[in-house]
Amino acid sequence: MEMEQNFLEQSIPLVKTSGAKPLRLVVETRQTDPMKKTFVESEMAQHSSTDGPAKIVIQDMNFYYGNVQALKCVNMTVPANKVTAFIGPSGCGKSTLLRCLNRLNDLVDGARVEGTILLDEENIYRPEVDATDLRTRVGMVFQKINPFPKTVWQNVAYGPQLQKIRKRAILDEIVETSLQGAGLWDEVKDRLHASALGLSGGQQQRLCIARALAVNPEVLLMDEPCSALDPISTGRIEELLHTLKERLTVVIVTHNMQQAARVSDLTGFFLLGELIEFDDTKKIFTNPGDSRTEDYVTGRFG
Amino acid sequence: MKFLQRFFASGTLFIWLAGGALACSLLLIGGLLTLIFINGMGYFWPKDLVQLTLKDDTRVLGEIVDTQRIPETVTADFPDGQSRIQLKVGNRDVYGLDFQWVDEADIAQRTWPQDVIAFERREWGNFYGWVTEVWDGETRLAQGRDIGWDVWYPFLEQTEALHQNIHHIERDVIGAINADMERARLNLKVLESKGEISQDSADILQREIQQREAAYQEQIERLVGLYERLNRYRVTLVDVTGEEKTFPVGGLVKAWRPNAMSVWDKTLMYVENFWNVLTDEPREANTEGGIFPAIFGTVMMVLVMSVVVVPFGVLAAVYLKEYAKQGLLTRMIRIAVNNLAGVPSIVFGVFGLGFFVYAVGGTIDQLLFSASLPNPTFGTGGMLWASLTLALMTVPVVIVATEEGLSAVPREYREGSLGLGATKFESLIRVVLPCAMPGILTGLILAVSRATGEVAPLMLTGVVKLAPALPVDNQFPFLHLDRKFMHLGFHIYDVGFQSPNVEAAKPMVYVTTLVLVLVVLLLNMTAIALRTRMRKRYAGASV
Repeated sequence: MEMEQNFLEQSIPLVKTSGAKPLRLVVETRQTDPMKKTFVESEMAQHSSTDGPAKIVIQDMNFYYGNVQALKCVNMTVPANKVTAFIGPSGCGKSTLLRCLNRLNDLVDGARVEGTILLDEENIYRPEVDATDLRTRVGMVFQKINPFPKTVWQNVAYGPQLQKIRKRAILDEIVETSLQGAGLWDEVKDRLHASALGLSGGQQQRLCIARALAVNPEVLLMDEPCSALDPISTGRIEELLHTLKERLTVVIVTHNMQQAARVSDLTGFFLLGELIEFDDTKKIFTNPGDSRTEDYVTGRFG
Repeated sequence: MKFLQRFFASGTLFIWLAGGALACSLLLIGGLLTLIFINGMGYFWPKDLVQLTLKDDTRVLGEIVDTQRIPETVTADFPDGQSRIQLKVGNRDVYGLDFQWVDEADIAQRTWPQDVIAFERREWGNFYGWVTEVWDGETRLAQGRDIGWDVWYPFLEQTEALHQNIHHIERDVIGAINADMERARLNLKVLESKGEISQDSADILQREIQQREAAYQEQIERLVGLYERLNRYRVTLVDVTGEEKTFPVGGLVKAWRPNAMSVWDKTLMYVENFWNVLTDEPREANTEGGIFPAIFGTVMMVLVMSVVVVPFGVLAAVYLKEYAKQGLLTRMIRIAVNNLAGVPSIVFGVFGLGFFVYAVGGTIDQLLFSASLPNPTFGTGGMLWASLTLALMTVPVVIVATEEGLSAVPREYREGSLGLGATKFESLIRVVLPCAMPGILTGLILAVSRATGEVAPLMLTGVVKLAPALPVDNQFPFLHLDRKFMHLGFHIYDVGFQSPNVEAAKPMVYVTTLVLVLVVLLLNMTAIALRTRMRKRYAGASV
């Protein structure tokens, strides 16, 4: 923990955290950092406006694995061009909800969905919606870092190639912009045709982000993307999120509350399949409406 | 007591037991391979010829093959008992037998004459002796025991080219003519049987057949000329007892003077002999010459089998693992597949004979090759049916290994691919199957190992002791999967147990066994090298 914070201080001067009550410190730090003040202020201004254009609307969502109910009547609205974080203890259903957003749960035996999820006001669970098309609009980055055992280039070009883009020049361009979008281009531009498995863990995860960006999604789902990474790599990905949200909507599941506080505009707190509270990140971490949320974010819980 | 308890609890005994078991297995395998290796490789070494003069003044000449203790001969004079020597005396046409036992007690003198010559002949095995006369037709070119090597050896060297020429004409040229003639005949027959033949087309075909026949006669005349040249020069050989024999030089394969050869010369000859066995065709009921057709048949059968079994097994495994709804039925299928792998191979042979050869092959013949009936084309054992039978036998191994390979592909790869908008099929083709390749190759390795050594089902479905032609040649369609073929495993059985001259065939059995082991090793090494490359490519997938 000590070391992690040292790293954090070096890599992200924006954020300083410690121990039990992280957010207050974050807020203080932000306020005492004149360099970042304008940015922070603008960010905070965004925070207060939860009623921006809705990207995803989840209505009365129930989810079952066989007989086990994993999500209970979830209702939430994810605004466009924001980072929305899902937090909560293990098994609370936050990853399940995330995987419902691109219908990856379709493939799980015995999975059943009730309710609706609207993406741009269109229900993605209507039978005529093609799940593979949906997934090109809603990309995903996984907890377990999973670049394919192919070259860097092949990894990024994988999605576009599936969409029948065959021209080498176009693919090259997509690869470059995607890698730049993931902040990886400078590191890998000389080894595009080397195995992706030779990259470091953090680079691999950013490659996975680049791979997801290559199909030009509208929403990017991230399922604990930094849980296997060291603080420096984590910091780089968090920085990336700030730039990414200008072009797409990000939903991130994280176990790391400091991370949620650092990167997200809105935070939803889940417990035992229920959405307990969903609000501005600032509010969740400073003045939560529910005592269970407060217990969780202050570390008194679980 | 306490000590003993502690000793048992410590597991020392168990470790020794486990280690001992492993050591025993390794020793047995090592011993087996050493035996095959020594006996197999010893065959190629040009052994010295010893001339024994016995006490009754008879003389014997030959290679020492074996020395044995004579049972119940331990007396006061011979506390160790007496022994006898087995000599390979060759000259089967003169003595009737290649081998002879001589009691050591009978031997008066042993000499190693420098000028004695060993001849390898195309018939009747080796001859050991001397050249006394050289003939050109009916003219005698030289006479006497001191005839120089250079007087007759050049004739022997020429014969090799003649033999190759004859072989080429007999197999390739005449083979092609026969194939064309057969095709024309069949066309004629088909047209006649359909009753739609016009006089013109019949004439054309008839003329074609006649042309082929003329060409055939021409080739036969060429052959007669070649044979005359082959038999023009003759040598009269004399053996150690003074018996004389005259042969055409064309009947000799090679000649060497083992007692006068240096170790280096022998080494060169050793390599040459080894090469010849690998590349020549068999002679003398397979006991001499080479085993090339058997090597070729074995490798080709395994390749054809692999080409069939891998796609088939992989598709089955993919359906079973990726698409089928897991439940009682898939569980039962898995059990059935596993049990299928344990069915004795001869059962597959019987099935292959009944199903592939008679049912499928018979039907193909009726539909496509009815003109040549009652001569079967596919309705008899052949390369294709043998390969398919073995493919059927080994497909469970491939299915099981592929399923394991598919299970080993991380779920994250599948989800990562699906998350990028790939369909299940695209994920399978582009990510999952490539990652499962090492598993698939493991299955292939196991299948190849089992198939290469299999003999029983092949005997029913297409292996013969002597195949007139290889399954691949220069005649359309070049790949003749309907042909019968030779196989190393069956060759061992045939040479070792069906040969009229078992003693002479023994070295060949070892050589063939050695080659079979080497072929298995080579095929496996290739697949393993491929797998290692794949593994390297897909290694380090988890961080």
